[in-house]
Parts: sequence; C-alpha cells; structure tokens
Amino acid sequence: MGKQLKKRLDDVYQNYLEGNITRRDFVKFAGIAGAALGLAGGPFGLMGNAFASKSITCHSWGGTTSEALRKFAFDPFTKATGIEVIDAAFTGMDAFLTQVKASYPPGGEFNIAHLSAVYDYARYTDLGFGVVLDESKIPNLKNVMTKMTDTLRGITNGTLSTVPYDLGQTGIAYNTNHISKEKAEKLGASLLYDKSLKGKLGSWGGDFRTNMWYAALHTGQSPNNITDVDAVWDALTEQRSMMKKYWASGSELMSLLANGEISATVAWSGRVAALQDQGHPIGYLAPDGTYSWMEYMYVLKGTDLEVAQQLLNFMLEPEASIAVAQGQKYPPALDPTKVEMPEDVKKLPAFDPTGKLNGYLFADPAYWNKHQLEWAEKWDRIMAGA
Amino acid sequence: MKEKPWKPWLLLSPSLTAVFLLLIVPVCFVVVYSFWLRAPSGMDIPAFQFGNYAKFFADSFYPVILLNTIRVALETVFICLIMGYIPAYFFYRTESRLKPFLMILVMLPFWISFIIRTLSWINILGDSGLINHLLLKYGMITTPLPMLYNEGAVIMGLIQYLLPFMILNIYVSLDGIDKSLTEAAQSLGCTEWQAFREVTLPLSLPGVSAGCLLVFVLTCGTYLPPMILGGPNNEMIANLIFKRVIGTLDWPFGSAISVILLLLLVIIVYTYNRYMGINQIFKSLSKG
Repeated sequence: MGKQLKKRLDDVYQNYLEGNITRRDFVKFAGIAGAALGLAGGPFGLMGNAFASKSITCHSWGGTTSEALRKFAFDPFTKATGIEVIDAAFTGMDAFLTQVKASYPPGGEFNIAHLSAVYDYARYTDLGFGVVLDESKIPNLKNVMTKMTDTLRGITNGTLSTVPYDLGQTGIAYNTNHISKEKAEKLGASLLYDKSLKGKLGSWGGDFRTNMWYAALHTGQSPNNITDVDAVWDALTEQRSMMKKYWASGSELMSLLANGEISATVAWSGRVAALQDQGHPIGYLAPDGTYSWMEYMYVLKGTDLEVAQQLLNFMLEPEASIAVAQGQKYPPALDPTKVEMPEDVKKLPAFDPTGKLNGYLFADPAYWNKHQLEWAEKWDRIMAGA
Repeated sequence: MKEKPWKPWLLLSPSLTAVFLLLIVPVCFVVVYSFWLRAPSGMDIPAFQFGNYAKFFADSFYPVILLNTIRVALETVFICLIMGYIPAYFFYRTESRLKPFLMILVMLPFWISFIIRTLSWINILGDSGLINHLLLKYGMITTPLPMLYNEGAVIMGLIQYLLPFMILNIYVSLDGIDKSLTEAAQSLGCTEWQAFREVTLPLSLPGVSAGCLLVFVLTCGTYLPPMILGGPNNEMIANLIFKRVIGTLDWPFGSAISVILLLLLVIIVYTYNRYMGINQIFKSLSKG
C-alpha cells in the first residue's frame, strides 16, 4: 500500500513538474494521499496487508467474451503464477473511457481494457492514458499478424501500449425466415434500407460510425472518405422512419434477433456466430466494404507493467488465444500462417487464412476522430427525429 | 433545564455531512463543469462562458426533448394517480387481516432490480412475448400487436417503477383522516359517494400532491425505461445527458443540460412547497 501510494505520489509529482496538472491539484492529491496513508496505516493497514495479494484488473465486454477470457486465460494464468486477475465488465468503450477519465489520477484505477477499433486506441492515447510496453517481455507478440501491430505502432510512434487480441466485423444480420440469402446478397448494404422491412429494422444506437459507415456504402461512397455527408444524413433520416429499435448492447442485439423482433440489423460478427450456434435462423452478410475492426488489450497508465506484460504474453499463448477465440466467436489476432488454427476457428466470420488482412476495411482513426463530436451530435439528432 | 442549542446540530451532523459531501459538492461540480469547454480530444478546458447553455437553446432540438420529457412525466403522473388512489383507498378502508400482507405486496417490486423489472416487459409485450403469443395462439390476431418500443411501453415501464411511491403517499395521507368524519357526513345525509367527494378526497389532497410531485421528479430524471422499452421517438432528457456525458465525453454540455433540468425541477418543487408544504413528502416517506 505504502509503495503504491509513493509511486502514485511520484507520478503526480512528475506530472506537476511537467505542467500536466496544476499546483492546486497536486496539493489536493498530496492531502488525499496523506489522509489515505493515515487510514491505511496502523491497525487498518495491518488488516489490509493480511488480505492483500498481487492482482491486476482487466475490463472486457461481459457475457460470452468475459466468460471465455476468464475460463481460458485468466484462471489458468492465476493457477500458473498466483497473480489474481480481477475480471470486470464495461457497458461500452465510451462509458469505460468516461470512468477512466473520471478516475484520479487519470487511468490509475484501471489496468487492462479489452478495447475495440483503432480510433479508440488513438483516443485513449491522445488523452494520455497509454504506456510503452517492453516487447521483449512479450515474446508471443511475434505470432500476431504484422498488419495489426503495425497499424497500432503507427499511432504511438513505433511503440505499443497494447497487444492485438482478436478481430471482427460489424456486418449485417438478417432473419432467414423473412429474408432470403439471394435477396440479402443482391442488396448488400442497401438491405438496411429496404422499404419492405419497415418496422422490422434495428441498428446500434450507440455508435454514429457504424451507422454512417453503412449509409456511406448505401450511397456509393467510401466510408473513410465521405464526400457527400448530406447524402449520408438523408439516408439515415430515411432509415429512421423504418426503424423499430436502436439497440444499446450486444445482449439486446441478440435478444431482438432471437425473438424475431427485428429482421435485419447491423451486427457484430461474433454475436451472430453465437446466435447461429444456438440454432436461430440468422444469416450473416459481409458486403463489400464491411466494417472490420480489431480488438486489443490496452494497458492503462499506472499499471504494474511487469505483471501486465506477463499476463499479455500468457494470453497470447496459442492454446489460450485459440480457446478464447472459440469461446467468444471472434478469430484471434494470431497469424494463421504461423500458428495452426482448428477448423471451427477457420469458419468464424472475419477469419483471414492469409494473415495479411488485405481487403479488410478498417476505420481510419484520424478521419473519424476528427469529426467525432460534430457527427455524434448530428447522429443523436437524427435518432431523436430532429 | 437550559436548552442546548447545538444539540440538534450535533445529532444532525452525520446526515448533514453526508448530504453535503454526496449531494451538494457533486452538484457544485456539475454547475462548475457546465461553464467549461470541451476540447476535440475529449479533454475538458476550464473556462467561464455560457456557450453550453446557449447551445441548448440555439434551436428547438433540446427544448423539444425537454418538453417531451415533461409531457411523458405528466402522463405518467396522471395514470399513476388513477391507478394508485384506488388501492390506497382500499388499504385505508379495509379491515382485513391481510392488510399488512397486501402492503408488503406494494413494496415487493423494490426487492427486484429495476433493470430486471424493466427488461421483463420485453417478454410480456414483445412480438413473441406472452400477450402476443396467447393472442396469436387463440387466433385473435394474425400479426403481433406492436406493443413494445413505443411511448406506451415507456410509460408502462415508468408506472411499474413509480406506482408504489404514489400508493404509499396517498395511503399515508388517507390514514391520517379520522374515519368518524365520513360517518358524521353520512349521518347528516350525505351518500357514501358525496362523503368521499366532500370529505375524504379534499383531506387526502396533500398526499396526492406529494405523490404527484415525487412521480413527476423521478420520471424527469429516469433514463432506463426509455432506453430499454422506447423506440426512436421516445428520447427523454436523461437519455440525452447520458449520451452527452458517456457517448461524446462532452461533460461540460452534459452538465449544462443537467443544470437546466435541475433548475426546472427546483422551480417546480419550490412552487409545490409554497402552496402545499414539502413536509408532506417527508411524512409519507417516513411512514413508508
């Protein structure tokens, strides 16, 4: 406790010297730290020490994803090292970023987060929550697809604050009892704008990018370079009149599809694979320009890097990584040309046998983050019918 | 014996400290934040400017959602009042030994998570939910009735959350009425209905208004029922605050909307207190 507090004080003092925090904030933290030390010392401290053990917190998506991580990565890691992994779930990346931002010192209360999409790697890094990992301590990183690590390195000047862990797509899910495969493939992204589906459409309300992405495809534009943004807004406005529900979470998406409330929606490939496994009549469509993304284990500032690197290396062991992929239904970040993949993993949506990810379209972080505030607000207005 | 003026304050000090630290201080933070600026990266920039408030009133988008929220809150209050007065009156009149058990039934929903209670409506009102399933099974309809993801479903979710507050407030008010008053009215020639209308109803109005105020305030601040049970047209002001704070990390603007909502509610509570007296709510809550 004392050592942690001293480290925190050193960090805050360093930040103060660098001008990142004000003198008032520094004094405030020093005061709080003093009070905490007072409480933690003496009998309280002895009691705390009795219960203390080495641990690290990892936030992920909950549900099947967290279950797979816990079963195939965290529990075996604890068994092998004695280090406890505290498994936590967030409701979404935005909500988690709000929590991280609200913690003091920023990022200090959180260790590793299972984040998604490169633009969030850039957002977290721009807000100063990143670290520089010692890659020599993560030898299994050599098995990860080079394109994934290179993309992330490009944002953090050649270093990494994360290890890529899996990849997926936001494609289109449709109910095969109501929509034929032929019709879905013929319409592509425009299936989400088919007037015959009025009142049976769904979409992810929490992300302007996903909605703009498919509106761009529908209007014949490149999602990473939208030249006629008004056409995108018009398409989304038109789509809203046909919308039954803007869903807010993966479990809600699955519930809407499984109960037949909606017949078509944008959907996360792993969730669709899980529904298909459960026997629901759900088809998956990945039209040209499908929204692809990678997920990664982001290490937040203030984390014990030795422990974090040890855990990340363990998680990238082929046995652990493949087992997690099978559990959460997203292909691992491991390069299939370097690591042999089982058949069921090869059949997962978004799996790339070449390991090069050519033809996969990812969101350009600079482009989307530049417009984030303006477009998110506009999207809210459209959703609300303004 | 001489009264010690500091004694009540000493007794109140734990509560006052909690209220100060957990309510006053956070609200002050929200007010301060509402004047700040948001950088494109998501960082907050300390400032003193009214741009966030100006943005709220710059066009009709935000005020319309605020007005919609008030409209939904009034509808919820009205329905809760009708649905709440009847059981409260029953509790007041009944001599049944089951009365304590029935009162517990009113409180029972509080034992279950609000989210679970709200989510459960999906299995009741959905296209493949209980009602549509039965109606389809017995051939009463050919296509499912659209009962979910609309304003009706949102109000339903709000009612199941707020109805106990209304019932308890009205019941406490009714319970304080001397039953001999209605008997006296009837002995003087009133019918049972006239006795209720002329004696019981007016005397129960403080509880009615306390219940209405509580339901109204809680409706204005809730965001789960519209999020889970609402459709694209059912945005409420709390959802907007959630999206600004969580979705776009725009804490300053989210704070400004919160302050506007807070001011509106303060005006309503102040008006209520001026004409009805806020102590009725405390009386009801302590009894509940």
